[in-house]
Amino acid sequence: MQIEKLRSEHKLLKEWKYDLKELHKGYADRTLYINLNDNHIEEQPVTQFMKEKFVGGKGFGLYKLWHATKPETRWQDPENEIIIAPGPVCGITQYPGTGKSLVVSISPLTDMVIDSNVGGYVGPFLKFAGWDALEIQGKAEKDIIIVIDGNDGTVLIEEAPLEAVDGHILGEQLTEMYAKDEDDRRNVAVVTAGTAAENTLIGLLNFTFYDTRRKVARLKQAGRGGIGTVFRNKKIKGIVIRYAGTHGNMNNVDNISPINKAGIKIHKQIDKLDDKQCRMRQIGTANIVEVMDAYDLLPTHNYQYGSHKDTINIDSHTFIDKYITQNTPDGCWYGCSLSCAKAADHFELESGPYKGDKVCVDGPEYETAAGCGSNIGVFDAHGVLELNFYCDTYGIDTISFGTLTAFIMECYERGIITKEHTGGLELYFGNKHAAYELIHQMSRGEGFGKIAGLGIKKMKEIFVKEFGADPDFLNDIGMEQKGLEYSEYMSKESIAQQGGYGLTNKGPQHDEAWLIFMDMVNNQIPTFEDKAEALHYFPMFRTWFGLCGFCKLPWNDTTPESNATADEPAKMPEHVQNYVDIFNGVTGLSIDKFELIRQSERVYNFQRIFNIRMGKGLRVHDAVPYRSVGPVTKEEYLSREERYDGQLKDLIGLDPTTMTLEEKMAETRKYRENQYEQLTDAVYKRRGWTNNGVPTVEKLKDIEMELPELIEVIEKHL
Amino acid sequence: MIKVNNTPFPYEDKMSIDDILKKKRYMDHMIVVKINGNHVRPEDYKTRTVNDGDDVKVIHLFGGG
Repeated sequence: MQIEKLRSEHKLLKEWKYDLKELHKGYADRTLYINLNDNHIEEQPVTQFMKEKFVGGKGFGLYKLWHATKPETRWQDPENEIIIAPGPVCGITQYPGTGKSLVVSISPLTDMVIDSNVGGYVGPFLKFAGWDALEIQGKAEKDIIIVIDGNDGTVLIEEAPLEAVDGHILGEQLTEMYAKDEDDRRNVAVVTAGTAAENTLIGLLNFTFYDTRRKVARLKQAGRGGIGTVFRNKKIKGIVIRYAGTHGNMNNVDNISPINKAGIKIHKQIDKLDDKQCRMRQIGTANIVEVMDAYDLLPTHNYQYGSHKDTINIDSHTFIDKYITQNTPDGCWYGCSLSCAKAADHFELESGPYKGDKVCVDGPEYETAAGCGSNIGVFDAHGVLELNFYCDTYGIDTISFGTLTAFIMECYERGIITKEHTGGLELYFGNKHAAYELIHQMSRGEGFGKIAGLGIKKMKEIFVKEFGADPDFLNDIGMEQKGLEYSEYMSKESIAQQGGYGLTNKGPQHDEAWLIFMDMVNNQIPTFEDKAEALHYFPMFRTWFGLCGFCKLPWNDTTPESNATADEPAKMPEHVQNYVDIFNGVTGLSIDKFELIRQSERVYNFQRIFNIRMGKGLRVHDAVPYRSVGPVTKEEYLSREERYDGQLKDLIGLDPTTMTLEEKMAETRKYRENQYEQLTDAVYKRRGWTNNGVPTVEKLKDIEMELPELIEVIEKHL
Repeated sequence: MIKVNNTPFPYEDKMSIDDILKKKRYMDHMIVVKINGNHVRPEDYKTRTVNDGDDVKVIHLFGGG
């Protein structure tokens, strides 16, 4: 369909003009508020208080959401918001991984706050357009788009009835529509969801960046927690942000010298070492598929096992050899020499409404290769990429899709659900065609796909109530916590990683802490106090990326040579100093590596208390499914019998030769569940929380967050 | 007996770092190796042997997720 035809059907609902201003030391010092109930638009100030307590990015998102909602607000209520916020560093081009923004909302999966980080050009362009955050509240009556032109100083709300909903088409349509000419397409960034985001609770947001070599609008995802579902529920079809004129110091930083110095150093490091280290420039995060398999950490068949003989069919070399275009600078923001945003070009689809089309597939990320590969038994690279493409364009999270499909497949193989329930879909492990049909049903909002799209937590309730399933068994094997599906790592043999998943604010997503190697392989944190220290430091450190606009990957997916002799190599001390120097260079502040952690602690504890205000965020909500802790079934135990028998003998002091399998499994479970409780005690203590997981007044005072509205919430639980 | 990452491991005569990595099925890149606190360079993994009672650390510098 011609772009002119699409545009001719637009109906202007609101035009709003604003003054253009340059950024100052990383900040625009204002945020953009849009209410879709009445199309009200206004500028709101960024106060010194906001900067001191919340820094930016996710901090600003949480602060805005707290004041916009009530404790009883749920995801589909009009007062729920979607806030997109780059941090003060976002948009610099001297250092890799500096184009991230954070999206915050109330999640349809968890009924509490969700945050999801995302690359692409939307975050930087939003800031260059003059805004530290975009805050959207209310609901439109009909499908609308929001257009922000950062050169003209205009914000438009337009009804847009004819455009596609699926991300890969809508991204192209809106890029072409709002670019002045072909060369200007690089200056247009788009936010989309997709058709399955409308019909499931696992919807995501795609953030585009225009790839001038491929001449395609590439898609990066804010995947976790169903924010795309909120987006479509608000009847937002897309957001367009245009900004022409990007240059190397858009942020008007305080002192560019330390930023340049850190950038030059790490660019040289990546050029010299990446081919020998993670090979991010060849295959991105999917480099770890075979490593996870080798260490028995690759989730296989719904996290029952950690490796499989057919992993070679979906390992990084297979993707490189057969699908992923090589020797292209695939950064999702300018200046990223790690360039991990890989893509399969001219990929021919074998199913669904776009069957036969040759498309550009962004990925696969490791999480997608594991979630839509090994975890559902699809050891087929084409199958992984096909599901990757459809998850993206339909607007659903590859992690939740993979993990919930793995759950369904185990239920199907165990006879808990049958073809009667699935409408004829034979959802056994490895049946990629059934997985294809499931995702197409999610897009159409029909059949078993409608039930699957509700996520594991709600599926468990349905399977119990309507299909007569055993609730205890489903709770053991359903890999969700707080309502969010687990990301794709086996945590059974790492107590610290069990906490890295379970003792989180938003649910089991590895972006707070990934401690498996440090704990299980390196054995660097043997005591509960050691593990608790790691589960304090790393979640706080990684939270900071989301306050500032950094990507995590250049922190520890490239290793400086100095790390070989560092005292604390897991922290990557040279890179930590880079981050401190860059933050100070941008903002003119003078923090050190300790204040960095305190900045995060303020926001992390605020988020915990936000959850408590919503009736969550306590110890009971940090409980985890047993599948994440130990072997649920006899098959799992027997598959690693030597390991588990050895642990009974060495760790518990029992003689496995005198025990039945049932006895061995029961003792193993008792021991492991007790270990998780001891870990929880230690972590809460280290974080300054009560034994029920509530931040104390003393802790809030210590981090200068004793705000009356926070004290009011926690006092009820102290 | 030696210790590898704080865990007892059987000592064998003329055992090299390379032998330990193979027996433990550790990857041979993105690691730092120390014997009794002293750093061992990657080019020496095949020739550097350990003594009975040594404390070997094989630190995987693996970022993961």
